Amino acid sequence: MSSTKERVGCVVLPGDVLTCGSELPEGKRDKLICGPGLRRDVDDVVVCKSGILRHKEPNLYWVDSQQTRYVPAKGEGVIGIVTAKSGDVFKVDIGGSELATLSYLAFEGATKRNRPNVQVGDLVYSQLIIANKDMEPELVCIDSCGRANGMGVFGAGGLLFKVSLGLVRKLLLPQSEVIQDLDSMFPFEMVVGMNGRIWVKSRSTQQTLIVANLLESCEHMTTAQRRDVLRRLSQNCL
Amino acid sequence: MVCLPLDAGAHKFRHMADRRLREFGCEQNLLSRPDGSASFVQGDTTVVVGIYGPAEVKVSKESYDRATLEVILKPKVGLPGVAERSREQFIRETCEAALLTALHPRTSIVLILQVIHDDGSLLSCCLNSACMAAMDAGLNMRCLFCGVTCAIDLDGNIILDPTAKQEKESRAVLTFAIDSVERQVMMSSTKGAFTTAEFHQSIAICQKAAESIFQFYRDSVGRRYSKS
Repeated sequence: MSSTKERVGCVVLPGDVLTCGSELPEGKRDKLICGPGLRRDVDDVVVCKSGILRHKEPNLYWVDSQQTRYVPAKGEGVIGIVTAKSGDVFKVDIGGSELATLSYLAFEGATKRNRPNVQVGDLVYSQLIIANKDMEPELVCIDSCGRANGMGVFGAGGLLFKVSLGLVRKLLLPQSEVIQDLDSMFPFEMVVGMNGRIWVKSRSTQQTLIVANLLESCEHMTTAQRRDVLRRLSQNCL
Repeated sequence: MVCLPLDAGAHKFRHMADRRLREFGCEQNLLSRPDGSASFVQGDTTVVVGIYGPAEVKVSKESYDRATLEVILKPKVGLPGVAERSREQFIRETCEAALLTALHPRTSIVLILQVIHDDGSLLSCCLNSACMAAMDAGLNMRCLFCGVTCAIDLDGNIILDPTAKQEKESRAVLTFAIDSVERQVMMSSTKGAFTTAEFHQSIAICQKAAESIFQFYRDSVGRRYSKS
């Protein structure tokens, strides 16, 4: 029952109570925004996922946990696999509990006459615009200005694989150390979806596989271990 | 993903003669295909659990306001019988109480338990491994839970975490699921004859034993996140 600030960076388990501000009068309680893994229970904030408590100024708190199953959330960029074409929508597998829909009009430059060239089995990088527990998730491949902005069909000749959501979040941090370390080895293309899917393509199949294997093993390594592996690899293989 | 040897995560402790749990240990994330997995060892009793979910659900099992929980218990050999079905139900009802299923309506959560070896206290081992796997899968939970079994022998002594031999020689076997917030009984399964006083005494002993299991949960999650 210690204060929330003191527990930032510590491991929390479901059922842990974070704030007990209930003894304070209404106006004097700290306000905080609950992110994933936290929920409000009358006057307290209760943890509902195991992981590490994180904090962002001024008052945003969430639990950072390692899981593999994706639960769609609005605004996130995901890698989907087109599984069916039905009428004017594509059904896209994004790894959630149900297939997401993607309208054929939600591509840059698409009109009723000019349909985008999307085949079953294609990979699309797209953004979730509807994602809540009660509705079917919906994707778009354009931003609010109607531009593709990096989204759309991709993935000829690359490799798609799955990692945990924790690793994806680590990779997508601005100035991610993992990406910077890999970048210094050789050039490669990479698409990272918030749903735990990563697509990589490099100059040769061998290099693509090296990058994929390194990314998969990054999760269980500390920074020092990772640097060591990369150093040995760049001496031996390249 | 990375498989540590079991004793790397094993937690050992001992106190008084028969008022102690056998040595127990756990390994999380040992299977790569399921969304969450764990194996739990209690003495010689071992159970491996895999959790899938929240995933697609069959229309016939869909419920519009919460996730459908399905528990499958596979015995060590042979086909599942009445005993397995009854244990499945105990586990399902405990998990339903602990998991926040309302957050994922129209989905299914499937829990598959495989008995590796049964040397007594199987139901409590199943409950502990189910809780560890649910934590590994990152499912939203109201609280954690653990299972503790005790046996009452012919002289009226209460034996905590009995082996299969002790269970057979005892007059009654009681299993309780205990929650981590209020330390109250969530589920009880009893077999045999016992008095009310013995029942209350058993609950008190099991609640005390649950403390060490909850501490073990905290330690093992802490160890898991120590690298990130």
